[in-house]
Amino acid sequence: MTKIEIKDLHVNVGEKEILKGFNLTVNGGEIHALMGPNGTGKSTLAYAIMGHPRYTVLSGDILLNGESIMNMGVDERARRGLFLAFQYPVAIPGVTLANFLRVALNAKAKAINSEDKGISLVNFRRLLRSKMDLLKMDYAFGGRYLNEGFSGGEKKRAEILQMAMLEPQIAILDETDSGLDIDALRIVADGVHALASDKMGVILITHYQRMLDYMKPEFVHIMYGGRIVESGGNDLALKLEAQGYDWIREKYPDTRNNGID
Amino acid sequence: MTDQNNQSFLNDFGDNYQYGFSDPDIASFRPQKGLTRSIIQQISAFKEEPQWMLDLRMRAYEHFIKRPNHSWGPDVSGLDLDNIYYYVRPPEIGQKSWDDVPETIKNTFDKLGIPEAEQKFLAGVGAQYDSEMVYHSIQENLEKLGVIFLSIEDGLKQHPELFKEHFGTVVPYRDNKYSALNTAVWSGGSFVYVPKGVKVDLPLQAYFRLNNPNLGQFERTLIIADEGSQVHYVEGCTAPIYSEDSFHSGVIEIVVKKNARVRYSTIQNWSTNVYNLVTQRASVFENGTMEWVDANLGSKVTMKYPSCYLRGEGAHGEMLSVAFAGPGQVQDAGSKMIHFAPNTSSKIISKSISRGNGRSSYRGLVRVVNGVEKVNSSVVCDALLLDPESISDTYPTIDVRSSDVNIGHEASVSRIAEDQLFYLNSRGLSDEEATTMIVSGFIEPLVKELPMEYAVEMNRLIQLQMVGSVG
Repeated sequence: MTKIEIKDLHVNVGEKEILKGFNLTVNGGEIHALMGPNGTGKSTLAYAIMGHPRYTVLSGDILLNGESIMNMGVDERARRGLFLAFQYPVAIPGVTLANFLRVALNAKAKAINSEDKGISLVNFRRLLRSKMDLLKMDYAFGGRYLNEGFSGGEKKRAEILQMAMLEPQIAILDETDSGLDIDALRIVADGVHALASDKMGVILITHYQRMLDYMKPEFVHIMYGGRIVESGGNDLALKLEAQGYDWIREKYPDTRNNGID
Repeated sequence: MTDQNNQSFLNDFGDNYQYGFSDPDIASFRPQKGLTRSIIQQISAFKEEPQWMLDLRMRAYEHFIKRPNHSWGPDVSGLDLDNIYYYVRPPEIGQKSWDDVPETIKNTFDKLGIPEAEQKFLAGVGAQYDSEMVYHSIQENLEKLGVIFLSIEDGLKQHPELFKEHFGTVVPYRDNKYSALNTAVWSGGSFVYVPKGVKVDLPLQAYFRLNNPNLGQFERTLIIADEGSQVHYVEGCTAPIYSEDSFHSGVIEIVVKKNARVRYSTIQNWSTNVYNLVTQRASVFENGTMEWVDANLGSKVTMKYPSCYLRGEGAHGEMLSVAFAGPGQVQDAGSKMIHFAPNTSSKIISKSISRGNGRSSYRGLVRVVNGVEKVNSSVVCDALLLDPESISDTYPTIDVRSSDVNIGHEASVSRIAEDQLFYLNSRGLSDEEATTMIVSGFIEPLVKELPMEYAVEMNRLIQLQMVGSVG
C-alpha cells in the first residue's frame, strides 16, 4: 500500500528554520489539500520532500512505503515514485518535451530493472498520445522545447502531463492552479482524479477554493508557521474562503510566520 | 561499458574513446622523420605529378620554413615538427571496391561502420588511411551525370586543367604557415566536381584515419560546384590513442559558383593526442550559398576557422559550429566571413562546451571591404561551462569599411543552473543524464541541421564526452 509519512520535519533554508515540526501522512488514493498564508513553508515542504540541496533537514524523517528517503538523492526519490509539479517549472532549451519524457521514463524503468532496454518509440508515442488525450493537449506540444516559451497555463499542463506519464506513487502539486483558466483547471483536476483513483497519493498546495471545488479533497490542512495547525474536510476550506486567515493568527498567537514561502 | 562496476574505469575520458584501437604497421613506404626537400620530391615522384605541382610544393616549402608560427591563439609549441613522419604510404591505394582494400585496413573501416553507411545513405565514400586514399567510390548514376568524386591525386591526373584552374586559388600557400606546409606535402583528400545544374541529394563522405604514431596527415580537398549545382560533403576523422602526438593539417578549398549551394560538414573526433590545424575556405560567387557545419569534439589542440569569401553579389555564407573541450583539450574554433560584394549576407552560430579544465574559444572575423553596400551579418556565440575549472573565450572581430551594413553580434556564457539540474533530477534523471540532456539541448540548433544519421552519431559522441563528467 502506497504511503508517505512525514514525521516531525524541521527544515532550514540558509540559517532560517522554515519547517518546525511538520507532520503528515498521505495514503495512496487520498488527496490532501495544504493551505495557508504566504510564507508559511508550503513550497519549502515540497522542495524538502523532493530533496532539494538548498533545503537542509535538521531533524525528522520522511518514509515512503515504510522506508526512509532521507539519504536518497533527488533522482532516486523520483525513481522511487515521488513527483513534484513545480510552481515555476524551469526551461530546458533544445530538449523536446517528448524526448525528455522518454529519457525520464527509461531512467525509471532502468532503476526498477537494470536490464530494461527502454520503451520503444512506437509504444512511447502511443502512451504519450493517450495521456495527451486525457489532458486535451495538442500532440504538437510534445515537439516543443521543454517549458521554453510556454505560457503559464501551458507550463502547468506540461507538469501534469509529466505526472501522468511517470505515474508516481505520491505527487505534490505546488500551486498548479495558478495560471490555469477554468477549463484547464477542470481538465487538470480530472487528470489528477484519474491517477488518484489509481492509488496515487496527492499533496495539493493551493491558495484557492476554486481548485478544491474541482479536486474535492477528502482532507484539508492549514499550515501556519512551518507546521500544520488545523486539519479537517472541505468545511475547513470553506471557512477559509469565508473568513480568511485572521482567525488562525488569533488562535495561534505564539506562532510566527516565516515570511518565506 | 555501462556496467555499474565499470564506473570508475569510465571516469577517465581517455578510456571512453572507442576509436582508440590501432592496426599493426603495414606501411609500404615511410621516409625519415622530419621534413626535407628530398621527401617532397619523393612524394611528388610517387604521385607522378607534373612539374608545376612539384615547383609549387617547393615554393610552399620555402615559405613554410621562413614563416613564423602564429603569434596569437593556442600554444602549439608542443608540436615537434622534426619528430613527424610527413608521408606514410599504405600498401594498396585508390581502390574502387572494398574487397580490394587490404584486410587490416578494411577491418578498420568496418569497425567504423563506413561500408555499411555507404550502402545505406551515402552517394559516395572516400577513405583515407594515413597519407593516402585507400578507397574512393561514387554511385554510378552520379558518375553518369558527370559528377566527379576522386582522390585528389586522381583528380590531378584525370582532370589536369580543371584541377590547375582552381587548385590553390581559394587557399594560397602564403595564407598561413600550415597552408604552406600542406601545399608542400599534401597527400590524399578528395577532388569533387559537380556539373552545372546537378543536385547530389545524398551526402558524399570522406573518412580520415590516422593509424601510425608521430604521423602527419595533410589531406587536400578541392570541391568545385558549378553553376546551379548542389552538394553536401561530410568528413569524419578518428585516430588511435598514442602517447606521442600526431598531426593533422588539411586544406579544404571550395568554389561555389553562381547559384550553387555547398554544405560541408565535419565531425572531428581525433584522439586527444592529435594537433589539428586546418584551413577551410570557400569562394562564393553570385547568389551562391556556402554552409559550414563544424563539430569539433576530439583532438588535443584544434585551430580551425572555416571561412566564406563572398565574392559575388547575393552570395550567402553560413557557419554552424559546436566545439566540446574536455580535459586537456583546446578547441580554438570560429569562422571568417569576408564580404567582397554587395547584397551579401552571412550568419555564424557558434556553440561551445567546456568541461574538466578544457578550453574552448570562439575566434571570428566579419569583414566588409571598402564601400560594399547592403551587407547583412549576424553572429551568435554561446558558451556553456560545465564546471568552474573550464574556460571559454570569445574573440570576435568586426571590421566594417562601409556604411550600409547591418551587423548583429550576440554572445552568452552560461553554466548549468542548479534549478535546471534539480528539475531534471526530480524526474528521475541522474546528474550525468541531466547534464548530458542540457548539453544536448544546447547544441540542438546545430544537430537538427545534420542529416539524421549524423545527428544520431553526434548525440552519441556527446554522450561519450559526458561519461564521467559528474564527480
